[in-house]
Amino acid sequence: MDPKTYKFDTLSLHAGYQPGKNAGSRQVPIYQTTSYMFDDVDHAAALFNLERGGHIYSRMSNPTVQVLEERVCALEGGTAALATASGMSAIFLTIMTLCNAGDHMVVSSQLYGGTVNLFRLTLPKFGIKTTFVKPRDTEGFKKAIKPNTKGIFGELVGNPGNELMNMPEVSKIAKEAGIPLIIDSTYQTPYLCRPFEHGADLVVHSLTKWMSGNGSSMAGILVEGGTFDWMQNDKFPSMTEPYEGYHGLSFAEEFGPTAFTMMARAEGMRDMGPCLAPQNAWNILHGLETLSLRMEKHCSNALKMVEYLSNHESVAWVSHASAPGHPDKELAEKILPKGTGSMIAFGIKGGKEAGAAFINNVKLASHLANVGDARTLVIHPASATHSQMDEATLKFAGLSHDMIRLSVGLEDFEDIVNDFEDGFRAAKKPRLVANK
Amino acid sequence: MKFKVRGIDTFASTGGRPFDKNKPLIIFVHGSGLSHMVWVLQTRYFAFRGYSVLAVDLPGHGLSSGESLKTIEEMGNWVGDVIGAVGCKEASLVGHSQGCLVTMECVAQHPEKIKTLTLMGGASAIPMNPELLKLAEESNPKAVDLMMDFAHGPAGHFGGHPVPGLYHLNVGSMIVQNKEIKDTLGVDFRACDNYKNGPEVAKKLDLPTLSILGAQDRMCRLKDGKILADYIKGSEVKIIEDCGHMMLLEEADQTLEILKKFIAEHYPLPS
Repeated sequence: MDPKTYKFDTLSLHAGYQPGKNAGSRQVPIYQTTSYMFDDVDHAAALFNLERGGHIYSRMSNPTVQVLEERVCALEGGTAALATASGMSAIFLTIMTLCNAGDHMVVSSQLYGGTVNLFRLTLPKFGIKTTFVKPRDTEGFKKAIKPNTKGIFGELVGNPGNELMNMPEVSKIAKEAGIPLIIDSTYQTPYLCRPFEHGADLVVHSLTKWMSGNGSSMAGILVEGGTFDWMQNDKFPSMTEPYEGYHGLSFAEEFGPTAFTMMARAEGMRDMGPCLAPQNAWNILHGLETLSLRMEKHCSNALKMVEYLSNHESVAWVSHASAPGHPDKELAEKILPKGTGSMIAFGIKGGKEAGAAFINNVKLASHLANVGDARTLVIHPASATHSQMDEATLKFAGLSHDMIRLSVGLEDFEDIVNDFEDGFRAAKKPRLVANK
Repeated sequence: MKFKVRGIDTFASTGGRPFDKNKPLIIFVHGSGLSHMVWVLQTRYFAFRGYSVLAVDLPGHGLSSGESLKTIEEMGNWVGDVIGAVGCKEASLVGHSQGCLVTMECVAQHPEKIKTLTLMGGASAIPMNPELLKLAEESNPKAVDLMMDFAHGPAGHFGGHPVPGLYHLNVGSMIVQNKEIKDTLGVDFRACDNYKNGPEVAKKLDLPTLSILGAQDRMCRLKDGKILADYIKGSEVKIIEDCGHMMLLEEADQTLEILKKFIAEHYPLPS
C-alpha cells in the first residue's frame, strides 16, 4: 500500500491550482488587481484578524502569486511559502523576521555578491551583525555561534566558486545550538536537491533563475520546512510571545509548522511590502512547468562543458563539483545525486586581460548579470557581480581575477563549444583581436 | 493556554483571546495524531465574537504533556474533566474524525455538561486498515503519508489552501510528525480500531447535533457519516461537495459558515 499523492513532475504542472474554482480556466489566471471585495464588515474583520483565510490586498497576497507559492512549496516538500519581488527581498524578509537589533548571524562566505553586501553592510544598519565562515569549514560554523546568534545561512553550492557547504553536518550544528539553518537553494532548484531532506529549516530561492528559466521576470520565495521548534528556547520571542500587532497572537502556538511564514507575511509584507507582481508570478509558473526537463539538459550540457574545459589548453582550472579532483565531489554525489547543476567557474590563462577578451568575443553566450537562464551566460565576477567587494573580501569569498563564471544553457553543446573557441582564440592574443 | 487536567500540564489554544470562564465555552477536539493547530480557521473567529474557546491538545499530543490515552472512552471522560478544570460547568463540543467518537463519548459520560455537539468527518466506527495501523504503531512515516493521502479530497491534493502560501498535505504531515508517530498516531489509530460503542452511544444522544460531511471523504466515507447522523435523534446534516476528510481546512470557509449558523441558533451568546 503506497500513498497516491502526486509526484514531482505532476506537482510542477498542477500544484496549488484548481481550475474548477477559476471558471474552468486550464491556465492559471492572472489576477491583476490590488484588492478584494469583502462580503460584509464581519468578513473584513475576520480576514484582517487572521481568523479566516483569503485575500485582502495584493501586497499581502494575491491568487496568482498564491498558486506559485503553493507549487514551489509542494516541490520543496515544505509546509508554507511566501513569494517576494526578488530573491534578495526573500533573504531580507527572512532575516528581518528572524532577527531583532542586537542579533547575530553565522553566514557562509561564498555567496552571491549582493547577499554578501546585505550581510556585511546593510544588516548592520539594523543592528544585525554577521560572522562569515568559509563553506568547507564545517567546524568554523560551530565556533562562530554566539549566545545571540539566531541562524546559519548559506548557499549549498557557493557563488561563484562552487564550493559546497556540508549541509547535513552544518544542520546538526544548528540543531545543537537551537537555531534554524537557512539555505539559498537557487542553484539547485528542488529538482536537484530538497534541502529539508538534509536538515535545512528554511529555504530561499531567487525564482528569477532556473525555476523560471526564461530570464523574463524577477521573483523570490521563502519556503518553510515546518521542522523547526520555535518554542524550544527563548531565542525567538517575536515568534513565541504575544504579538501586539495581532491582538496578542503567538505565531508559534497558533500556527506551529507554518508559524515563520505566517509571521513573515503578516508583519514583513505588511510593513516592508516586497510583493511579487502577479504577471511575474505567472511568468515563473510557466517556467516551472518544464523544470525537470530543463534541469536534466542543463546538467548534461554542464557535464560535457566540464570535460571540454578541463582538457582545454587555455584553461588554468575548472571548478564544478563533478570535475575530477574537486574537493567536494563525494559530498556532491551524496546530496546532489541527480546532478551538480550548470554553474561552472573556470580560470582562463592570461588572467584578467585574457578573461575580458574572452567575454568580449563570445557571441552566442550572453554577457550579463544573471544565472540560470535557458541561454548560456558568462561574466567576469571580479569586475561585475562581486565588484563592490574589496580585495580582502574577494579573496575570502574565493574569487580570483582570472575567474569566469559560466551558466551553461540549453543550446546544442557543439554551438556553445564553437562560440567558446572564438573566445579562447581572442584571449590568447587579446591586444591583437578587435573586441566586438 | 496551559492548565492542569488530572494534574497533568495540558495545552489548549484559546483562539488568540484570553480565556474567560464567564463566557460560553466551545471545546474543539482534534483527530488522530493531530493537535489544536488544525482548528485555527474556526477557533479565532469564535474567540473574537464573545465565546471562550479551547482547542485542546489531547494528552501526549501537540503541546500537552503526559501519555496518549489508550481508549476513546478515556478520552471522552478526559474532555469532560477539561470543562471543570477551567472553572466552567458546561460547553459545546466540536469534534473532527476521531474527535467525533471522543465527543460523543463525552456526551454519553457527562450529558449534563454538554449543550451542543458538532461532528466533522465522523462515523460511528473508524476501523483501521491493518497495514496502516501497523505502520503507525511502528512509527513508520509512511503511515503519515498514507493518512494525508486518504484525508484529503481530490481538490485538496492539488492544493488551494484557504490561507495563502500553505500547502495542505505537508502542513498536516508536519503536525503529526511533531511527536513520535507510534506514541500519538499509533495509539489513536488503535483506540479508534478498538472502539465499538459508537452506534449505541449515538442512539442515546439527546442534544442539538450537527454533522458536517465531505462528499469525497475517504477516511470516514459519506455513507458512514450519514448512517451516524441517522442514529442521532434530530441531527442536522450538511454535506460539502468536492471536499475530503479535512473539511475544517480544505473548505474552511464553508465549514465555518455552517458552524456559525448552528452555534448561533443552538448556543447563542447571552443577550
